[in-house]
Amino acid sequence: MGETRKISLTVNGKSYEEEVEVRFHLADFLRQKLGLTGTHLGCEHGVCGACTILMNGKSVRSCLMLAVQADGQELTTIEGIAPSEDEMHPLQEAFRDNHGLQCGFCTPGMLTTLLEFLEDNPDPSEEEVRIAISGNLCRCTGYQGIVAAALDAAQRLRDAKGV
Amino acid sequence: MKPPPFSYHDPGTVGEVINLLKTLENPKLLAGGQSLMPMLNMRYVMPDNIIDLNKVDGLSYIEENNTGINIGGMTLQRDLEFSDLIKKKCPLMNDALQQVGHRQTRNRGTIGGSLSHLDPAAELPAVCAAHDAVIVLQGPKGEREIPFSDFPIAYMTPATEIDELLTGVKITSWKDGHGYAFIEFARRHGDFAITSAAALLEVDGAGAITRASLTVGGVGAAPVRMNEIEESLIGQSGDEDKFRELCEACREIDALGDVYASSEYRQHLATVMSRRALVKAYARANRKG
Amino acid sequence: MSGWKVFGSLEKRLEDPSLLRGVGRFLDDIQVSGMLHAAFVRSPHSHARILHIDSNSALTIEGVRAVYTLDDLRPYLNNKRLVVGLPSPSYKQELDRPALADKEVVYVGEPIAIVVAESRYLAEDAAAIVNIEYEILPAVSDCRLAVEKSSILAHTQSPHNILAQFDMRYGEVESTFDNASYIFKENIWQHRGGSHSIECRGAVSFYEPTEDLVTLYSSTQSAHTAKNILIDMLGFDENKVRVIIPDVGGGFGPKLVFYQEDVSVVLAAMILGKPVKWVEDRREHFISTTQERDQFWEVEIAVDGEGQILGLRGSMVHDHGAYTARGINLAFNSALIVSLPYKVPCYFLEVLLAVTNKVPVTPVRGAGHPQGIFVMERLLDRVARELGIDRAEIRRKNLIKSDQMPFKKELETRGGSPVILDSGDYLSCMEQALEKVGYRDFSVRKEKALKEGKYVGLGFANYVKGTGRGPFETVKVKVGTSGKILVYSGAAAMGQSTRTMLSQIVADFLGGDVENINVITGDSSAVPIGIGGSASRQTVTAGSSALLAAKEVRNKLLKVAATLLEVSEEDLEINGRQINVKGVNEIKMDIGEVAHAVAGTPGYALPPGFEPGMESTKNFIVDDLTFVNGTVAVEV
Repeated sequence: MGETRKISLTVNGKSYEEEVEVRFHLADFLRQKLGLTGTHLGCEHGVCGACTILMNGKSVRSCLMLAVQADGQELTTIEGIAPSEDEMHPLQEAFRDNHGLQCGFCTPGMLTTLLEFLEDNPDPSEEEVRIAISGNLCRCTGYQGIVAAALDAAQRLRDAKGV
Repeated sequence: MKPPPFSYHDPGTVGEVINLLKTLENPKLLAGGQSLMPMLNMRYVMPDNIIDLNKVDGLSYIEENNTGINIGGMTLQRDLEFSDLIKKKCPLMNDALQQVGHRQTRNRGTIGGSLSHLDPAAELPAVCAAHDAVIVLQGPKGEREIPFSDFPIAYMTPATEIDELLTGVKITSWKDGHGYAFIEFARRHGDFAITSAAALLEVDGAGAITRASLTVGGVGAAPVRMNEIEESLIGQSGDEDKFRELCEACREIDALGDVYASSEYRQHLATVMSRRALVKAYARANRKG
Repeated sequence: MSGWKVFGSLEKRLEDPSLLRGVGRFLDDIQVSGMLHAAFVRSPHSHARILHIDSNSALTIEGVRAVYTLDDLRPYLNNKRLVVGLPSPSYKQELDRPALADKEVVYVGEPIAIVVAESRYLAEDAAAIVNIEYEILPAVSDCRLAVEKSSILAHTQSPHNILAQFDMRYGEVESTFDNASYIFKENIWQHRGGSHSIECRGAVSFYEPTEDLVTLYSSTQSAHTAKNILIDMLGFDENKVRVIIPDVGGGFGPKLVFYQEDVSVVLAAMILGKPVKWVEDRREHFISTTQERDQFWEVEIAVDGEGQILGLRGSMVHDHGAYTARGINLAFNSALIVSLPYKVPCYFLEVLLAVTNKVPVTPVRGAGHPQGIFVMERLLDRVARELGIDRAEIRRKNLIKSDQMPFKKELETRGGSPVILDSGDYLSCMEQALEKVGYRDFSVRKEKALKEGKYVGLGFANYVKGTGRGPFETVKVKVGTSGKILVYSGAAAMGQSTRTMLSQIVADFLGGDVENINVITGDSSAVPIGIGGSASRQTVTAGSSALLAAKEVRNKLLKVAATLLEVSEEDLEINGRQINVKGVNEIKMDIGEVAHAVAGTPGYALPPGFEPGMESTKNFIVDDLTFVNGTVAVEV
């Protein structure tokens, strides 16, 4: 094993302290060290968006960061989106209801990207949604269902807030 | 596609960075990592030492000065995108940032990283070229400033010495109410542009152009200022056909050709993007200003 | 049973909750204790002779366990080649891929050696320093040049670069073209492309000595194909190999193929006695996962002055790539589909499959069909333009009409069965699409857009495609003594809602509760034989088998329950897990109890007249294809 470092970070509300090889990218760390395999690797060069996670609430590509750079940060992955075991987040519900996924491999990146986007832009246009997910590739759906799900989720989130 | 082995350093001050650059074998600076990390994963670069700049103090700021703004080298593209000061003092940059990668990459990517990577199609170098920005470098001998026009010395090669670090960018604002536009053609939103154009215009009360800057990206080895067109624009009144005629000069740019686009196609796109940028910038220019 | 209740009415997919929560299980998510990781050394040359491989320095890296080349694997191989080609009389040579490159590499990306290490990082470090000495050979990349007599050879040992050759012909072609009012010719190039499922390929394999069982987890579209090839290549007994497909992140055709990497990973795991994982990265996918096309067509269409099609003829050169990874099916499909929606009185197409120094081709989203459709539709647009006839009108004139169904084409499928278009209203389908896309007013929009400096275009195409390719897909439906309903199939899921589909069909016969159904697909141990996911086939084949099996289990459930409850079978109904007398909720049994009654107790008789087990295995057998049709219209 090459050079390592000890890092501590919070993922989905849980604290971790781990020894990690400095050359490990963050996605491999989450998947292999923490067993959080919901974050997927599709291209490992920042094009497909499948590995997108939230760092301090901001979407980032976990294949384009070293794990050591997440030291001290607060991360959210797809496993941390649903409020509980029995309940899904409105965005997840909207994806299910609008056929926003088929094989589900791009889904973690779609959800994390849209979580941040809908936070910033609670009432987006279709065009804005398409730009927001322009860094996330899906090969199954043709995006129609994903865009519909995002717009539906925005509505549900606005309704929940009483806006 | 996993990074090769390296040693990792995360200094806290610029002085430490410069010292590490001087002493370490085959070092590479890591800013936002949105270009370096793919190159590491693909093992296109094989550094022995990575110097991470993310913990260096005092490199992330957007500040107003007498003539414009100063930006720290490690300022996130995201922070620039959402900065009211940038919108006010350098709206061209805000326009350009909408087209820089995706939200996920702007959340990590930095202005200094983009300028140092110096991809010919990247948006931020084109903005710096358009604004005659000044690049601030720090090295063992202290700080030096160079105009952006002297910054690219070859394809993807900045004038930064191996023991220097890009610490800041100084941008001189144009008159309030000036026209601006950043237009690009990419296969997918957020991809590197095949060709881009950045235009800045000042217009007098009668609608005549009094000052002009036109930059073409993605065509030459670095962003190209179209000086002849700029001179010819002075006194013009925003007639699209005249813009079209002037932009024909873009076909003379020494153009790159690759698997994505031939040099002729890039030259052609340059004429179209330039015209569109001028039209949009002119429409945005405040004639009373 | 009274009609469909669940089937067609389920709005939410059963697959979604785990995928949306990030707890699906894709290949790379599989962790086995003591697992090692593999990377491959691949050819950087499109054609070269391997003179020498030196892995000594690679093996000195701490944590690197092995570097294997074909020579290392040879002792374990019954057959060093992957024999996968679909049968056809038109082959001119056999070009099966070796397990790893054998003295000569014939495309960039061809695997030469497998490197196994404690992490993928280390495996890549080592792969980068496996030193290979090559003699670079000239390569042929353009399939049109490859078929010329004087061409460079893609394989030095081959007599020529022609993989296969066939014609497709019916009607009086020569005289029709001799007498036609108009003949228009098009040259059409359809270029290469990859599949790029967001999940790349991958394999995990381990050997369990206590059971003498090799397990291969593979991101594939067919578990049984993988199993059969392993049996052929490694000489295993049928019961000593198990192939399991976890969640698959998109297939699109190339995952139908069994690859060199799959067999190499299995052998590395056996030799080392350790689990081995290999996950293809995107760069590998670009250069080593199978692709589709190029095709170069030279075609002529003969029409009368009104635009009525009289005939079609031409030739096509198809780039097969460097090896046979699937067969001649792509070129065959392209040739077969050209005329399908239209009345074309005569047809002749000469097809050459060329071997080139490029990645082998296999189906990628459409398996050759889109190419043939594209050719036909381009020809019709050309005729419309030349004769000044509206593009829709020329199609109206030539489409097969609904009152002409069933319409027998003078063509045969690759399996030799006739092409009979059984039903369809192609014309109405096209009219609906044109209505939706606003074809009638397009010229107005076009003119308006042009005034704003925008160029807009509208294109549309008709297609008829054979789907539901047989001959079968086994489904076993079983009611467990737990009361759970189990559905086993050789089908494979890679995003098409296979679980939801099968659950709905079975639920309608067995109580209507999809939540009480477990579907097991993509496991070679679930049913003895299987085919897998391709050619839009699984709902037709597995769905029909599921229907037959569920029906039989229902009948038996009711019969056994009637005996046990001493009531008439006709009076019983199944609600969820409960069988009761209609309208009388007190007289009831759990389906698990009923299953228990025929599960057997040592020394006690089964209920009189019943075979043991509450299960049924069915194979709906179908040779004919189901021909679907559609119209695609788009304004850009």
